[in-house]
This record gives sequence, structure tokens and C-alpha cells, in this order.
Amino acid sequence: MLRKFLDRIKPHFEEGGRLQAFHSLFDGFETFLYVPNKTSKVGVSIHDAIDSKRIMSIVVIALLPALLFGMYNLGYQNYAAAGVTGTFFEMFLYGFALTLPKIIVSYGVGLGIEFVVAQWKKEEIQEGFLVSGILIPMIVPVNCPLWMLALAVAFAVIFAKEIYGGTGMNIFNPALVARAFLFFAYPTSMSGDQVWVAGEKFLGLGNDLGADALTQATPLGQAASNVDITASVSDMFVGLIPGSIGETSFIAIAVGAVILLYTRVASWKTMLSVFVGGALVGLLFNSLGLESNAVANMPWHVHLITGGFAFGAVFMATDPVTSARTEQGKYIYGFLIGALAITIRVLNPGYPEGMMLAILFMNMFAPLIDYCFVQSNINRRLKRVQK
Amino acid sequence: MSKLFSKENKAAFMNPLNLDNPVTVQVLGICSALAVTAQLEPAIVMGLSVTVITAFANVIISLMRKTIPNRIRIIVQLVVVATLVTLVSQVLKAFAYDVSVQLSVYIGLIITNCILMGRLEAFAMQNGPWESFLDGVGSGLGYAWILVAVGFVRELFGAGTLLGFNIIPASWYAENGGWYVNNGMMTMPAMAMILVGCIIWAHRAYNDRNAKK
Repeated sequence: MLRKFLDRIKPHFEEGGRLQAFHSLFDGFETFLYVPNKTSKVGVSIHDAIDSKRIMSIVVIALLPALLFGMYNLGYQNYAAAGVTGTFFEMFLYGFALTLPKIIVSYGVGLGIEFVVAQWKKEEIQEGFLVSGILIPMIVPVNCPLWMLALAVAFAVIFAKEIYGGTGMNIFNPALVARAFLFFAYPTSMSGDQVWVAGEKFLGLGNDLGADALTQATPLGQAASNVDITASVSDMFVGLIPGSIGETSFIAIAVGAVILLYTRVASWKTMLSVFVGGALVGLLFNSLGLESNAVANMPWHVHLITGGFAFGAVFMATDPVTSARTEQGKYIYGFLIGALAITIRVLNPGYPEGMMLAILFMNMFAPLIDYCFVQSNINRRLKRVQK
Repeated sequence: MSKLFSKENKAAFMNPLNLDNPVTVQVLGICSALAVTAQLEPAIVMGLSVTVITAFANVIISLMRKTIPNRIRIIVQLVVVATLVTLVSQVLKAFAYDVSVQLSVYIGLIITNCILMGRLEAFAMQNGPWESFLDGVGSGLGYAWILVAVGFVRELFGAGTLLGFNIIPASWYAENGGWYVNNGMMTMPAMAMILVGCIIWAHRAYNDRNAKK
């Protein structure tokens, strides 16, 4: 039925049709619903049976557990801070009501810009924003105002993506660029202890918290300011801690990781080596015994389950566009992300969370890593030929 | 009179403002453009200083161009520029002390500004003093308007002020119960780089369209 409807309205969007100006929108929507019926006619080109829109959809599905848990956790934190007991559905609905506007703004602004650019350059809409649009609301604190989010999304789509040539050409992960923009432009709204727990009633849900009850630092924030961590390890593992919306629950992220690995959308090499890198450097700092530095003395397994480490390792570091593409390169790329993230956490008290900067930094070096491996391969084979 | 403002002279003055802009087309003098534009006032002062120094260095070198031995011309040019820079720096310290403190080393570093050496080598060594003067003023102003444009955006969004006056109403700010927060990224040199990039982008797009007509 949907197919018939699409076929019926299709002529309006083609050359000379009434709604020609919206042809890229139609095209994007049609190919999102149905696999395009186009195959390449010339040259040798072997395609996988699955196109990038399908890959993106799988990533979005893998993100859902973390997103849904994040919504519940928003409600949980609010009710816990107010000292009120609420039912599961009250808490979930409250978080849902707070998160939905962010997702709508993120998609609205991002797809809007993509749509304008696609019309302007007379290309079809690129699907890359499907994932970024859901990632961005998941990596910001709940109290981030919508206008800041809109500004950050616009900045990321224009300066991290479109000027490099759109989806597949970007050097940096757009979602992380949006977060980095927010982090540097509005540090008071992105870090500290005032932003992680929603403190106002929203649509009649949740509780109003006074200004004092609002103060809730993330475990990493507490460690960075040498305060004892109040959350237990099991809370961190389950995800009932203050933090950015989607990043808190290790279990929900692990479910997503299983989906990504089972469908082979993400590379297990990158994912594994991020965790190995993080664990080894965590152990290293543990054994150094820096007395005054609480983050350095945090056990290595706690490092891996707090903050955005797991989220970044599973969903950000494995982004096929910005990560290293050579198979050996993925080990080095992932290892250095994990190692750098922990190093930034420990050695720079100004940035309690190092994952964002570590991934952006290694995004920059991914082409260099690839180049080295490709060159060494060429050299090895050349030598073999010359013998 | 007609000779003074001939077509070539007009071009010498107008080209650096637009088609041959030192910052956006020749991509010279970027370092200072990033460093001094966090606020509008130092950006204006810096732009004017560079304009004055380029103009007079051009005139002086143009007057001496036939007597300068070719092998040591760079040294001679540097001496002239250094003298002018010192003069401007002293004037600023006397009459605009606050700004000169804000600009700190960047006034002194005008000596190494690529625009200056470029104009001296490329223009003043071949042309008469009046043409060189026009060229110097044009290049300086071409540099200055980019600085002012970048400084305008950075101060407005980074601090909510222009030349120190509040532009964005105080009641908008989050600490007064509003919603607005200043964009801290604007005060960082990284954002200046992006802004200069945007100006170059817009400038090229505009000129390309004009060239096609």
C-alpha cells in the first residue's frame, strides 16, 4: 500500500513536476523505506546486499536500549534527588518527555540543513544524519537548553560534515563535534554538578527540586575534584548514576554492542582494542600510585564503566567513516583512543571526561595510520616481487 | 589631478580591498588576525596601525628604491619598518595605553607581518611614492576590514558587547533569569580561524559569481 502511494505521488517530484523543489526529500524518504532498485551499469563494482541506509538503521536500533534506559534514568535521578518514590512508568514518562524535544530539535535542524544543501547542490539527501541525529541528544546533559543544542547541531553539520563533502567524507565524527562545540562554547551548561539531573516539572511530570537539591556530580566529576564517589560500582554498571542521557548504563550499551557486532556493522577489532587500551592505561596509573589524584587510583574496571567510555567505544570509535579502515590499523586506532581517554581523565582535571577529545584526536590520525599500513604493505609486496 | 587618480592608481588602492585582499585572497597576516580579534577595539587599533605602517613604509621605500643596493634590500626594508613600528608602538603607549597593553607583543610583531614585506617587495620597489602610498593604504585597509568583521562577530557573541558597550540585554542572561549564555568558543582563536574561513568562503563565492557575469 505504501509502495502504491509512493508510486502515485512520485511524478510530482520528478523534473517538471509541481513539487520538484522537494524531490530530494522524496527521494530520501523513498529510499529509506525501500531499497533502491538501481544497480551499477558499468565497470566492476561489487555491492553488498545492504546499503548505507540499512547500516544506519541497524546502528539506530542498537542505540535504542541505551536511549530507553537513559530516559528511565532521568526520571530515576529526579525522583531520587527529590526523595519521592515513583512508579517505573512515571519515571520513564518524565525522562521521555524531557528527551523527545531534544531528539526532535536535533533531527529537525540537522536534516533541515542536509535538505537545503542537497537541494542546493542538486544531490540526493545523504543519510548520514540518521545516526548523528540520535547520538547528539544522547551525549548531552539533560539540562542542556534546546537552542544550544540546535546551534551545536547546525555547527556540526555545516563545519564537520558539509564542508568536507557530506556523508562519508568527514574527518571528524559530527556528533562529537557537536558535543565539543557545546563543551567549549558553553562550559557551564555542559559540565560541573548542576546540569546532570533535571530539576523542574515538565508537563506535570517529575518533581521540582530546589537549587540545593539540584547539585549532583557524575562519578567522574566527583573523582576529578577528589570527592569520594557516592555511586556504587553496581549502580554504575546498571547505569543509575547522573550523566549524559545515553551514556550511563553499561548493560544497555553492551546490548547495543552485541547487535552491532552480530550484524557486523561495527568492527570488533576497534571496539576490543579501545577497552584493552583503556584497561592497560588504567592499570598503569593504578600502579604508579599517585597519592593526590583520585582519578588515577580509580580501579581500571571502574574506568571502563563510568562516563562516556563504553558509549564512545561502542558507538563513536567504531564509526566506519572516521575510524581507521585498514585491519591492523583498527587495533592501533582503538588502543590509542582508550589509552588517551584515560590519560586525559587522569592528568587533566579540567576535563573529567576524556573520551570525546580522545576520539576526535584519533579521528584526525586515522588517515595517517591507514597510510602507514598501506605503504608498508606495498613495500613488502614490492620486495617480494623484486626477489 | 587626473593623473593622481588614474585608473592604475585607483586599482592600486581598490584591489587589496576586494579582489586582491591580503587576508582572504593572498592569505597573509593570518596569525595576527586570529590573535587580536577577540574584541573589536584592539582589532580596529591593530588594523589602523598596520594601515599607517604599510602606507608610510611603502612611501619611504619607494623614495629610496633607486639607491638601495639589491643585495641588502631586505635589511633596509626591515630597518624602515622597525622604525615605524616603534613609533606607532610609542604613540599607542602614550595615547591609548589600555589597548596597547591588550595588544601586547602583536604591535611589535607587525615587523614580521607578511603583508608589509609583501607590499614592499612587490610594489614599493617598482613604483613611485604616490602609487605606493595608495597601495599601502589599500592593503592596510583590506587587512583592517577583515579584522573588524571578525572582531565584531567575536565580541558580539563571545562577550555580548561591542567596543565594551553591552549590546545583548542583561535580562536575557541565564544568571538574571533569562536563557542566553555567551558563546565561550568565540573567545578562542580556533573560532577566529573558522570565521576567517567563512569570510574567505563568502568572498570567493561572491567574486566567482561576479567573474562569471
